[in-house]
Amino acid sequence: MEDQTPKYDTLIVNTFECKTYFTKKYQNRKHWELPNPKEIRSYIPGTILEIMVEEGQAAKEGETLLILEAMKMKNKVQMPFDGIVKSIHVKAGDKVPKSELIIELE
Amino acid sequence: MSLKRNILDLRKRKDEVLKGGGDKAIEKQVAMGKMTARERIKAILDEDSFHEYDMFVEHTARDFDMEKKVLHGDGVIIGTGTMYGQPVCIYAQDFTVAGGSLGLMHARKITKIMDHAVKMRVPLIGINDSGGARIQEGVNSLAGYGEIFFRNTMASGVIPQISVILGPCAGGAVYSPALTDFVFVVENISKMFITGPNVIKTVLGEDISMEDLGGARVHSEITGNAHFYSQSEQECFEQIKKLITYIPWNNTQKAKTFPEIEPKSDIHIEDIVPVDPTQPYDIRNVIKSITDDSEFLEIMELFAPNIVIGFGRMNGETIGFVANQPKYLAGVLDCDSSDKAARFIRYCDSFNIPIVTLEDMPGYLPGVDQEHAGVIRHGAKLLYAYSEATVPKITVIIRKAYGGGYIAMNSRHLHADFVFAWPTAEIAVMGPEGAANIVFRKEIMEAENPEEMRQLKIAEYKEKFANPYVAAAKGYIDEVIEPLQTRSILIHALEVSKNKVDYRPEKKHGIPPF
Repeated sequence: MEDQTPKYDTLIVNTFECKTYFTKKYQNRKHWELPNPKEIRSYIPGTILEIMVEEGQAAKEGETLLILEAMKMKNKVQMPFDGIVKSIHVKAGDKVPKSELIIELE
Repeated sequence: MSLKRNILDLRKRKDEVLKGGGDKAIEKQVAMGKMTARERIKAILDEDSFHEYDMFVEHTARDFDMEKKVLHGDGVIIGTGTMYGQPVCIYAQDFTVAGGSLGLMHARKITKIMDHAVKMRVPLIGINDSGGARIQEGVNSLAGYGEIFFRNTMASGVIPQISVILGPCAGGAVYSPALTDFVFVVENISKMFITGPNVIKTVLGEDISMEDLGGARVHSEITGNAHFYSQSEQECFEQIKKLITYIPWNNTQKAKTFPEIEPKSDIHIEDIVPVDPTQPYDIRNVIKSITDDSEFLEIMELFAPNIVIGFGRMNGETIGFVANQPKYLAGVLDCDSSDKAARFIRYCDSFNIPIVTLEDMPGYLPGVDQEHAGVIRHGAKLLYAYSEATVPKITVIIRKAYGGGYIAMNSRHLHADFVFAWPTAEIAVMGPEGAANIVFRKEIMEAENPEEMRQLKIAEYKEKFANPYVAAAKGYIDEVIEPLQTRSILIHALEVSKNKVDYRPEKKHGIPPF
C-alpha cells in the first residue's frame, strides 16, 4: 500500500501549529537580515566603472569610493562615515548583481 | 456575366489575404507547435460562425521602404462569431505577417472590434501573438497600443474581456492582457515580459531564458498575471469555452442558468474536514460537495493556492466561490491571496454573480517579507472588495475564523447578507494560546506551576471562546448549521437574495488600495 501520510510542513500562525504544504514562492522568499553598516553592497545591479580607494586607506564621510554604472547612470558610492577601507571585493569592469558585497569598512 | 467576373475577382483577393504571411511563414508557425490565427479563431467559435472584417486593410507606413511591402490584413484578423449561439467579438494577431507586429492600421482594426464589442455589449476575445511594436511605424505604433489600453479600461466591468496569449507578448503589449478579466496561457507557447532576456543580460548581467523569465508557468504560479494555464492550445480553447458558460454576456445581464443537478454522491461533506483545527484538507472537495454536479472551475489554480477562487453553480445559477485553502500555507491570508481574491470579488460584483465565501483560516501570514511587501495595503484590497460589492454575499465559516482575517472574509461587519457557521467553527480575536497568555497573564505568573496553569487556561479559553456560539449570541452568525445542510441553506439564501437591492453612495469611483 502507498504511504498514506503525506509529508506536511508546519506553519505557525496565531499560535496554531498548522500542518500544511508550503508553496514554492513561500519557500523561496527572501529572509530578512539586519543591515550591517560596515558592509557596502550594490543597491542596484550594474557595472563597477572605477574604484577610487585602496584597501587599508582611511576615508572621510561623503568621500567617493567607487562609481557604479547602472541604467545609464554613473552612481557615486560614498563613504557612509569616517573610517578605513578594510577590503574591496570587486575590480573595475566587474558586473555586480543587486545586494552584492563590494566593500567592507572598519 | 460581369457579375461573375467581379465575384471571381473578389474571391481571388480574399484568397490572397487568407494566405497570411505565406506558406513559409505558416510552416514556421506550425513548427513552433502553434496554430495559425484563423485556425485559432475557428477552434474557439461555433462552427462556421466566424465573419471576418477589414481583410483588405493595408498598412500606412512609408519610411524604411515599408511602402513596398504588402502585409495581409496588417497582421491581425478581426471579426464576429458565436459561442453556444451567442455573439462575441474576436481578434487574433497573425504572427506569420511581419511577426504580428503592431502598426497603426493593425491597432485600428483591433480598436474597431473593441468598439463594436462595447457597443453591442458582447464579450471580447483577444488572441495575442506578436513580436511587439512595429519599429518602422515609430510613435504610431505606440499610439495604437495606447488606444487599445484606453478601450480595455473603458470596457472593464461592462463586457467580459478575455486575453489569450499564444506567442510572444512583450513590452507595452503586455498591458492589454493585464487590463482584461481573464488571461489564458499555454506551456512553451506563451511568453510575456516588459524587458526581454537580452536587455536584462546586457544591462544587469542576469542570464535567464524566456521561459524562466515570462513563460506560462511563471505567470501562472509566480506573478499572478495569468488565470488559466494549459499544456496545449486545444486544452486552452476548451478552458475558454468552459469559462464562457459561467459568465454573463455583459454587466446588465445574469449568467445563463442550467438545469439543477445534485452533487455527486461519492463526496461526503462530513468526511472532508478534520475536527482538529491544525489538520489540513482540500477545501475544493467541500466546494464540490455543494455545487451542481460537483462541478467547479478553478481560476488561478497555481497562484497563491492558499485561497481558492472560481465558478460553480448552485440551483443552476453561477456562483463565485472564495475559499481559504488549509492544504496550502494553512489557508492564511497574505499579499498574493488577498490580491487574488479581491480582484475576483470585484469581477463577480461587476457581472452580477453572487459570492459564496467558505472560511477556514488561522489569520495573516507572519513574516518580515510579508510586512515589507505591503500586506497592509494588499490585505486592505480584500476588505475593500467585499465591502464595496452589492451582489448577494454569503459566508459559511467552516473552522478557523480568527482576528483580522475573520473580518476580511466577508463577515457580517462588512455587510455580508448571510453568515452561517458549522459547529466546528472557531470565531475569536486570536488563537487560544496567545489569548490565554494575555488574558490570564497574572494567574499564570502567580501560579505555583505556571506551565500547568497556562495549559489549564488555554483549555479554558478554548472551551469558552473557540466555538461559533459567542458570535452567534451577538447575531454576527445567523445560524449554526450541520455540515450536511450547507447546500440547501445556501440555495435557500441565494433564492432569498435574488432581488437584492443595495445602494452605495454616489461617486465617480472609489480609491481602492491598488
